[in-house]
Amino acid sequence: MAVAGEARLPAGSASGGWLARVPPALWVLALLALLMPAFANNFILFQVFGWTFILGMIALSLMFLAGYGGMVSLIQMTVAGLAGYLVAILGPSGTEQVSLGLPWWINIPAAVLIATFFGTLVGALAVRTEGIYTIMITLAIAAAFFYFTRQNYTIFNGYSGFSLVVPPQLFGIDWRQPVAFYYLTLGCALLSYAAVVYVARSPFGLALQGVRDNARRMAALGYNVVWHRILAYGFAAVIASFGGILLVWQNAQIAPGTAGLPAVIDILVIAVVGGLRHPVGPFIGAFIYVLLSSFAPDILQALGLAPDRFKLIVGIGFLAVVYFSPDGVLGLWERAMARRRNRTDPLTGLPR
Amino acid sequence: MAALARANPIVVLLAGLLVAALLWLIIAPWPPGVTGVMGPKRVFLAAILSGITLGALYFLVASGFTLIFGLMRNVNLAHGSLYLLGGYIGFEVADRTGSWLLAFPVVFIIVAALGVVLQYVVFRRMEGEELRQTLVTIGLSIVIADLLLWIWGGKSYQILTPDFLSGPMDLPLITAVRSDGAAVYLRYPRVRIWILIAAVVVGVAMWLVINRTRIGMLIRAGVDDREMLAASGLPIQLVFVLVFAFGAGLAGVGGIVGGTFQSISPGEDTRFLLASLVVVIVGGMGSIPGAALGALIIGLAEQIGLVYAPTYSVVFTFLIMAAVLAFRPQGLLGARR
Amino acid sequence: MRRSFLAAAAAIALAMPGAALAQETIKIGILVALEGAFSEGGRDGVRGVELALRQVNNTAGGRRIETIVAPTDTRPDTAVRQARKLIEQDGVDFVIGPLSGSEGIAIRDYAKTVPDKTFINGSSGALETTWVDPAPNFFRFHTDGAQWGVGLGQYVVEQKRWRRIATVSADYSFGYTNFLGFAVDFCRAGGDIVRRFWVPLGASDYAGVIAQLPDDVDAIYLGLGGTDAINFLNQYAQAGAQMNFIGGTIMADQTVLTSRGRAKDLLIGTPTSGMISDENPDAAWTAYVAAYRGAFPEGQRFPSPTIFATGYHIATLAAIKALNDVSGDLSGGQRRFQQALATMELDTPLGKIKLDQNRQAIGPVFVNEVTARADGSLFNRMVKRADNVTQTLGLTPEQFRALGLPSRDNPDCARLRAGR
Repeated sequence: MAVAGEARLPAGSASGGWLARVPPALWVLALLALLMPAFANNFILFQVFGWTFILGMIALSLMFLAGYGGMVSLIQMTVAGLAGYLVAILGPSGTEQVSLGLPWWINIPAAVLIATFFGTLVGALAVRTEGIYTIMITLAIAAAFFYFTRQNYTIFNGYSGFSLVVPPQLFGIDWRQPVAFYYLTLGCALLSYAAVVYVARSPFGLALQGVRDNARRMAALGYNVVWHRILAYGFAAVIASFGGILLVWQNAQIAPGTAGLPAVIDILVIAVVGGLRHPVGPFIGAFIYVLLSSFAPDILQALGLAPDRFKLIVGIGFLAVVYFSPDGVLGLWERAMARRRNRTDPLTGLPR
Repeated sequence: MAALARANPIVVLLAGLLVAALLWLIIAPWPPGVTGVMGPKRVFLAAILSGITLGALYFLVASGFTLIFGLMRNVNLAHGSLYLLGGYIGFEVADRTGSWLLAFPVVFIIVAALGVVLQYVVFRRMEGEELRQTLVTIGLSIVIADLLLWIWGGKSYQILTPDFLSGPMDLPLITAVRSDGAAVYLRYPRVRIWILIAAVVVGVAMWLVINRTRIGMLIRAGVDDREMLAASGLPIQLVFVLVFAFGAGLAGVGGIVGGTFQSISPGEDTRFLLASLVVVIVGGMGSIPGAALGALIIGLAEQIGLVYAPTYSVVFTFLIMAAVLAFRPQGLLGARR
Repeated sequence: MRRSFLAAAAAIALAMPGAALAQETIKIGILVALEGAFSEGGRDGVRGVELALRQVNNTAGGRRIETIVAPTDTRPDTAVRQARKLIEQDGVDFVIGPLSGSEGIAIRDYAKTVPDKTFINGSSGALETTWVDPAPNFFRFHTDGAQWGVGLGQYVVEQKRWRRIATVSADYSFGYTNFLGFAVDFCRAGGDIVRRFWVPLGASDYAGVIAQLPDDVDAIYLGLGGTDAINFLNQYAQAGAQMNFIGGTIMADQTVLTSRGRAKDLLIGTPTSGMISDENPDAAWTAYVAAYRGAFPEGQRFPSPTIFATGYHIATLAAIKALNDVSGDLSGGQRRFQQALATMELDTPLGKIKLDQNRQAIGPVFVNEVTARADGSLFNRMVKRADNVTQTLGLTPEQFRALGLPSRDNPDCARLRAGR
């Protein structure tokens, strides 16, 4: 329980040592992140990092449920998509026949509230199931949502969706300018990260991890297992909602495909490739995903292959990671570190 | 059945009434009042039959999936890829030899062999790790889909229908009565009727093998308690491989059937994977009768939806699945574990 | 592994903007769908660009041209992302693309945020792209999805004498748009649409729909595409019904006509219409087809160029001509280049094309009939050609605006017939 913040650390790593070694690296990283606009171009800021932070947030909400709650939910992209849709429906957009054009201080909170309510409701259904069935029920609802948005024109404007959905001009700043958007997504990502770390160490988070490890014992101890799980869905939905709103602002548009099944699976892939054991995993996974989907065609071209085979490369890469390292990239890293640290004799504990 | 009636008298009563009403709608000539509400009887009958025959195709594909899951707890999300591969190979065989029937054994053997490889290389190494199996098979399906696209391209393939399956036939179902008193019978595609018959034969055969033979006994024992069976020294790994091969081969054969009365193209793998998932979850994972019931419900929901509420017809199946999972997670005919 | 990483790094470094050579070469970004259902069409689009560039030896306006392909998956999100990569990261001068309708609308809105770059549409056919709030730097040198229906309606009423029809079309924006073009023409010529079926995309079992088709009509209009079209035809043959068909543009395009199996044979004799005609006797077209066949070995191309190849080819031709007109001068926010595009009259394989005030092509549309060759393969035989088709389908802009945007209920056939 003492190392709850790191979810399930491998047995080999001592709690104090790991934490003590992190801060310098984290400081360097933070400084790098803050100064990024000084040396990166607009594309890197807006697309590579902006998109990484957004996908990272949505995948983080999945990591929270899967890593701390033991519930692999595929609904997170759908919750994000719904929040994005709601901003477009309630607020101003280029699709004037549907959009209500309400001001930002109504449409953003309303979007988050409704999407969170939806995510919690799905959670309430999903917690009745376990393991593979949780994956299936959330996948089914995600598919139903996708097809519904594609067929419904009165609310979701069907196949075309909404265009020209942009963030409000607050404090005289155009938040879609690359530097502003970079800091906006960075800020949101950091807040979400901090929130997840904080909640994971709070009594609620600790109880949730207890439920994950042994639901029956927790119930016997007087914890309401079902409510802990449903609340976890609610909390994850808040993070996913903000991610979804940022996503629609980044693309300036939303259509059914934004939360289609490939996108839903992508979020799972991102979270798993990054690693489900620590909240930084989803961001690592998102960064890899964004780099691959942005530059895979260039890499293929450089290798003299046709650019249309990049799906194969991505698929093989993903397959290799999940086949050889169930904990994702983070797991690989931790195992490498553990191996370095554990160069001691297993019998005497003395360095070899 | 009697126990079920005692436990849920209202549900059973309602289900009985529903079945009776349905039977009346199918057999009796419709009075004008009913036609006014539901449109011509011909349309209704066609929707019901199309639903049943589509369900037959779903059953062929999903029964392998459910068997594999029931026995080994293996979540094979590459099942749709096996279907698609079977369809493509079936097309090549039928196209080159001109024999539609020859495609069946060839496809069955090739796809079953691939199934054996999958069982050895993937599933045996990660027994009991559901999430990892899910992810690895998702990765596999992405890779296989792109390989198939590379080989066969993005165009549609329709497997040549043999003459004895082409065209329509008259069914002994009256759609209307002419003013001169002559009954009008329903004309219906012959191939769909044969698919239904084939699915029933396969389903009954599977049931017989599972319930009446020694290997079936092993499978049932494995479904009930895998650890106990393994501990008793029986060749459980051999049973696993056989079942996996059979389930995979069935998916491949399903590809030929689907490619004959629909068509084969990229994306069909996902469609049939989703259909199999929905069918198996609605019916109950691991249960063959459950897969039959699930396939029937989903087939009917799709076709009746397409006729009476086309706009949202694609949403219904997923809502049914979500509802079943939420209120009866083990599926309609699944055993509670 | 290390080598591939180095290659990747080299590729990224090369792709960085501000390379010294940029002054000399012109970079064109090709935004094209290379994943999923449209991947074959997308590859043909790239062939269309390559063909045009080969013909001018990769030079226009005195400057060398190089291309960068950005693959999409037909999702508008991806199209915008890849366009942004082309402009911001790869530093291209202008973009040719995208391929499909909803991508086009998304790129129109993205184009407004980069007014100093130019976008020439590849083959996306949404009406809204150049009709609703168009972008000043977005150009489309081919006819749109609604224009593709023009001529067909009049043809079936006057030549085939089919006046009462039912329709089965795909329930999404292109389905509505393509149907609108046909229906406006058909209803104004005196036709009547008795029933409309809208089928969701990918609803691959049509038995229930086929059973509902009325048998007291002259023909059935089919506005499905790709696999959906094949499935419908296959199941229609199984049901043993026999009715005349009228084909929407994607019902009888190359992807359907080159599919494997017998289902497509049901289309023989079906009138259809679209941007191109496979056996157009025009010298410009035959020269283009010969060049296409000569440039790419059989098996690596379609029997004759698709609308994707042709759309991207025409876009490239327009770019080359405009570059020649301004002598390769793209300075000053590309205003002279854009001006040249907007005002040119372009010679294309389809005939002369010019743009209207929304930078949308006014050009020819072809009415075809699906015909079998001696070897059994199918092609679109030209039976009629409508020239100078405008985006408003021959109506005044006010009348056209009054119709409303394409949707399930649009247009109102009775009103159009009465307004004749």
